[in-house]
Amino acid sequence: MKVHLSNQGNLRNFQSFIEKLDFSVPEKLEISTHNKWVTVHPANLVMVAALALQVGKENAEIVGSVPSSGAYLDRMGLYNIINTPSPFTYHKKEEAGRFVPITQLKTADDQSRFIADMVPLLHLSEENTTIVKYIIGELVRNVLEHARAPHGAIVAAQYYRKTNRVSIGICDTGIGIWKSMREYWHPRTNMEALHLALTPGITGTTQKEGGTSENAGAGLFFIKSIAKITRNYFTIYSGKAEYTLLKHRSDIKGMPRLFADPALDQHRETGEVSDFHGTLVAVDISLHETTEFKKLLASIGKVYDEAIRDRKKAKYRVPKFV
Amino acid sequence: MKKTIRIQKFAGEFAENKDIAKKMRVEKVMPTLSKNGVIVFDFDGVSGATQSFVHALVSDPIRKFGSTAFDNLFYKNVNNDIREIISIVYRYMQESLNSESYEE
Repeated sequence: MKVHLSNQGNLRNFQSFIEKLDFSVPEKLEISTHNKWVTVHPANLVMVAALALQVGKENAEIVGSVPSSGAYLDRMGLYNIINTPSPFTYHKKEEAGRFVPITQLKTADDQSRFIADMVPLLHLSEENTTIVKYIIGELVRNVLEHARAPHGAIVAAQYYRKTNRVSIGICDTGIGIWKSMREYWHPRTNMEALHLALTPGITGTTQKEGGTSENAGAGLFFIKSIAKITRNYFTIYSGKAEYTLLKHRSDIKGMPRLFADPALDQHRETGEVSDFHGTLVAVDISLHETTEFKKLLASIGKVYDEAIRDRKKAKYRVPKFV
Repeated sequence: MKKTIRIQKFAGEFAENKDIAKKMRVEKVMPTLSKNGVIVFDFDGVSGATQSFVHALVSDPIRKFGSTAFDNLFYKNVNNDIREIISIVYRYMQESLNSESYEE
């Protein structure tokens, strides 16, 4: 496998990152970087880390020279899981940045501990802390419960002071969305499976409205909606399909309108990229755009209710007029 | 019979662990409701909860006990965020109950 880390690692350019992925030799991982400057989003990092963990440390390496900005890869812990020694030296005290390094979570207890320990690293306000905990709580749980991923969930996060934004990436090398949706929803394509996973009230564990005692099919819809309300990106990539919610225009005032159907959101999607055996979810949250979390939840809940009601109505029997 | 469950004691300051929610549901909530008892969920010290956690905690009691669950489940010391999440779960569970298509 080959992965290239460019100088434009962000969700806006995520499609070009995955277009360059090469999964042709699955036993080995070669990581290359831009020769002058490397910029990575947590999404890029967790993807590389998940692949490195899959092939094993001895089979993962960085090829070619890494520019000085590659020190960030070291700080985020990438060199700990690959067979290339870090060329970077820096004072440990410099590490007190506002980021959560690459972390592997395999159990619910790991998740709880991580959520408790992680947030202080980002130095956020209580309101913003709740949102970050919420997002990580739901996304990691999805992996632990549905992905059947032997290496668990790989998580990383970064706070960007200049843009007052938190970026989060979560990746696994489990069964992928299509397989987790297959039993009850029979999606024909990876893209159809992604759309189902993003639709409120649809869970891979049942076809019934309201879900099961354990699952309601709300998690991804809630997170995509949080990204939309805070006017930022949300990306999901699994199998050959990638869906990215685009930034809601900042000149349009008021809370962005939420849709139950992910096709109605302004987004970009492709169903013809390299076949990734796993799932990656990444989100950017603009903290200055964060409305009161309660209001945000209320808006999301309203659309969720409407979606269930509409699907129920669609199943109503109709009178037979002759 | 009245039982108070301190959520923070079991689930911590941020309630996201569905395994814990399920354990509380199976071991405390369901047996108490089956005897027409009352459960008070005390969220004192809990700053947030995920929808998944609340769903795992109360969706099955609502489904199985219906109005007994609505009458006998109480929530105290709940902040606005958690209040909203519980309300969302109550609303969609009632929609599901009406359609009789909820699955165990």
